Amino acid sequence: MSFIPTNRHAPGARRPAAVALGVAGLLALAACSPPGTTVDKATDTTAAATAAAAGGAPTCGSDPITLEAYVETGFPVFNDLAAEFSKQFPNVTFNTREDQFAVITANAPRVLVDSPPDLMRLPQVSELAKLGLLYNLDTYATAFGWDKWPSSQLEQMRVNADGQRGDGPLYAMGINFSMTGVFYNKELAAKIGMTEAPKTLDELDGYLAAAKAAGITPMAQFNGGATGGLAFPLQALMASYGSPSDINSWIYQKAGATIDTPENLAAAQHLDKWIKAGYFAEDINSMDYSQMMSRFIGGESLFIFDGDWESGNLDKQMAGKAGFFLMPPLKEGGQLGAMSAPLTYGISAKAKNPGCAAFFLNWVATNDTARTIDIQVGGSHPMGPSDAFMPAIDANSVTGQTLAAGAVVGQNNGSMDFIANATGAIYAKSWTPNLQKMFAGEQTPEGLLAAVQADYKAEIGG
Amino acid sequence: MTASWRTGESLENRPSVSDRSSTPEARRRADRARRLRRGLPGLGLVAPAAIVYGVFVLSPLVATIQYSFYDWNGITPGTWTGLDNYARLFTDKELFGSIVNAFQLILYFSVVPVTFGLIAAALIRKFGASRLAMVSRTVLFLPQVIPLVAAGIMWTWLMARDGAVNQFLRLIGLGGVTRSWLGDFNTALPAVGVIGAWVSLGLCMLLLLAGMTKIDPALFEAARLDGAGAIREFTAVTLPAVRQELGVAITITVISALRSFDIIYISTQGGPGNSTLVPGLEIYYLAFFQRAIGQASALAVALTIVVLAVVLPLNRLARGKEDS
Repeated sequence: MSFIPTNRHAPGARRPAAVALGVAGLLALAACSPPGTTVDKATDTTAAATAAAAGGAPTCGSDPITLEAYVETGFPVFNDLAAEFSKQFPNVTFNTREDQFAVITANAPRVLVDSPPDLMRLPQVSELAKLGLLYNLDTYATAFGWDKWPSSQLEQMRVNADGQRGDGPLYAMGINFSMTGVFYNKELAAKIGMTEAPKTLDELDGYLAAAKAAGITPMAQFNGGATGGLAFPLQALMASYGSPSDINSWIYQKAGATIDTPENLAAAQHLDKWIKAGYFAEDINSMDYSQMMSRFIGGESLFIFDGDWESGNLDKQMAGKAGFFLMPPLKEGGQLGAMSAPLTYGISAKAKNPGCAAFFLNWVATNDTARTIDIQVGGSHPMGPSDAFMPAIDANSVTGQTLAAGAVVGQNNGSMDFIANATGAIYAKSWTPNLQKMFAGEQTPEGLLAAVQADYKAEIGG
Repeated sequence: MTASWRTGESLENRPSVSDRSSTPEARRRADRARRLRRGLPGLGLVAPAAIVYGVFVLSPLVATIQYSFYDWNGITPGTWTGLDNYARLFTDKELFGSIVNAFQLILYFSVVPVTFGLIAAALIRKFGASRLAMVSRTVLFLPQVIPLVAAGIMWTWLMARDGAVNQFLRLIGLGGVTRSWLGDFNTALPAVGVIGAWVSLGLCMLLLLAGMTKIDPALFEAARLDGAGAIREFTAVTLPAVRQELGVAITITVISALRSFDIIYISTQGGPGNSTLVPGLEIYYLAFFQRAIGQASALAVALTIVVLAVVLPLNRLARGKEDS
C-alpha cells in the first residue's frame, strides 16, 4: 500500500476543482457564439436550370439523374407516380426515403439543410419559407404556366416576406389537392329515413337527433392523443356560420386576423350543443384516427368528418355503402365551405436538381396517366388547369362524389386551409387540448376561442 | 477501494533500492516519469469510453445548457435571452403543470411498484424453491422484457371502451364505473400510472428478492425463537436487510417517473387536454413542433436538476447509516 501517499489528490480535494473547471467551461461556452447557421442557397448549374433562367421550361435532360425524395410513408401515390415517371423518362431514378408525417414535421428544417432533398413532402410551409429553406418556384411557375391555373390551388403555398401565406413567392407545389366534408354510412342512414344528403344545418341536426334516438352512434369522431379531430366539425360549422375567406386570413396569419369572432363563436356553441346532446361517441377523447376509420367501416358510426384521401379506401372497403356530402350551409343554397389543401411537396433551397424536380411536379399535374394515378391511388383531385384531362369515374362511388363536391366548392370559392395549419404547434398544443377539454365539459366555446387566439398570438408574435 | 485495485500493479512497479538516485531533483524527475509510465496504459484503457462519454453525454449536456439561454429555432442564429426561458417555467401554467404531473406519477411509477414488489418478494422468498415461486417470479418479471411501446399499445387496448378492463368490470356488475380510462380527465393520469406500475413491479420485485436471498437464514430462526410473528420478522429482519436494494429500486423508479416519455407518448400523447402532459413530452413538443429549442433546453435542464434534487437525498438516505 506504499502508493497511497503518492496519490496527492484526495477525492474530496478533487471535486471542487472539477466543479470549478466544469462551471468555467460552461460559462465559456454559454458566452461563445450563439447556436445556428445562416443558410446558403445552392446554385443550379445544370442545363435545365439555364433553360429556365432563359425563360424556357426546365426538363430532366437525357443524362442519368437521381432525384432525392423524402416522402410520407403509408401513402402509395408518390411512389406510383415516381415509377410511372421513371418509365416515361428512363434517365431519371428516384432515391426515396419514407417517414411518418409526424417525423417529417419534426425533422423538416434539419433535413432541408443537412441532406437537402430534391422533392420533399412538407408540413405547413410558412416557417420553412421564412427561414429560407425552400426553393423559390416563381421562375418555374412562369415557365410552366402554373400561374394561369385557378389561383386558389397555389394560394396556400405562397409566402410573403413576413411569413404570411396567401400571397408572395411560391415555395411548394401540390401532387393533388384534398378536400373534406362528411362521410355517411348509407345503410345506417336508411334506418333513420335519411335518403339524401342534408341541404341545411337544421336538417343535419335532425338526422343527428334521429340517429341518437334510434340508438345509432351519430358521430365517432377521433379526438384522442395530440390530434383533436373535433377541429374538423368545428371548422365545417365555422364555414356554415361565417365566411371561408375570414378563416383563411387567420390561418395565413394576416395582420389583425382573429379566430375569436361572433360567427366562429356561434359555430363553437353549435359544436358544444352537439357534444352536450351526446351526438359523439362517449370515448372520442381516447379515440385515434385509425379507430375512427375502423368503427365507421364497421358500421358503428353514422357520420364522420374526414377527407377525400379516404375515398379510394372506402370504395374498396364499403363498396356502395358510403356516401359523401359537403357540410350544409345555414340556409339552403348558401355559401358552402370545405377544408381543401394541396398535398404539398417542396424543393430544398440547397437541392441539386431543382429543375428536374419542378419538371416532375409539372408532369404530375399535366400528364394524363399521372392524373389518373392521382385520382385512383390518391383519391383526390389533381392540380392543374380546370379544363385538364379527367379519367372516367363512377359518379356513385365515393371517389366520384368527392370529386363532384370538389368542383362545387371550386365554383363556390369555398375552399379554405385547415385551422390546424395556422402555426406549427397550434394543433397539438392549442386546438387539441382545448377541444378535448370542451368535450369533457371543462372548457366553454368562448374559452376555447380565446385560448386558441392567445396561443396563436404568443406563437406568431414571439 | 481505490487502494485495493492498485495493489497488484504496485507490487510489480515497486522501486528497488538501487533505483534511487542520490539528488532529490533526480528522484523527483524519476518519480514523475514513473507515474507517467504507470498512468499511460490506464489512460489508454479509459480513453475509448471517455471519448464516447464526452461526445455523446457531456457535449450534448453542455450544448443543452448553452441553448437554454437563447431564443433559437434550431436553424438560424439564436438570440441571447438570459434567464427568460427559465422564468417562463414558473409563469407558464402548461410548463409548470407538466412538472406537477411528473411528481404525481411518482406515486404510480415508484411507490406502488416498490410496495407491491416488497410484498411479492417477501412472499416468494417464503415459498422458496417451490414451483409456485418460480412461476410467479417469471410472470411478475415478464413486463420488464416487453418493450415499453408494446406495453403502451397493449394497455391502450385493455383500457379502451370495449377493452378487457371494462368487460371485466361489466362482468362483475360494475358496469356503472366503466369509461374510456385514458380519455377521461379524472382517470387518464392514474391509468397511465397503472401501466408504469405494471412495468416496474417486476424489476422492483427481482431487486428486492435478490437482497432477501442474501439474508442469513439464522437471523430468521433467531427471530422466530424470540417469538416474532411473520410481520415482526418482516419489519425487524427483512426490511432492514434490503435497505440498500430498496434504495436502488426507489431511485430507478423515481427517475423513470420524472423523465417518463414512451408510455405516455404511446398511450395518450399528453391528452386529454394536457392532463397527462409530462416534462419529457413537453420538451419533445417544444423542440420539434414549436421549434423553441431554447425553451425546450431550459425545461430539460430544469428536469435534470429536479431529478438530481430528488434522487441524491434519496440515495444518501438509503446508504447513510452503513457508511458511518
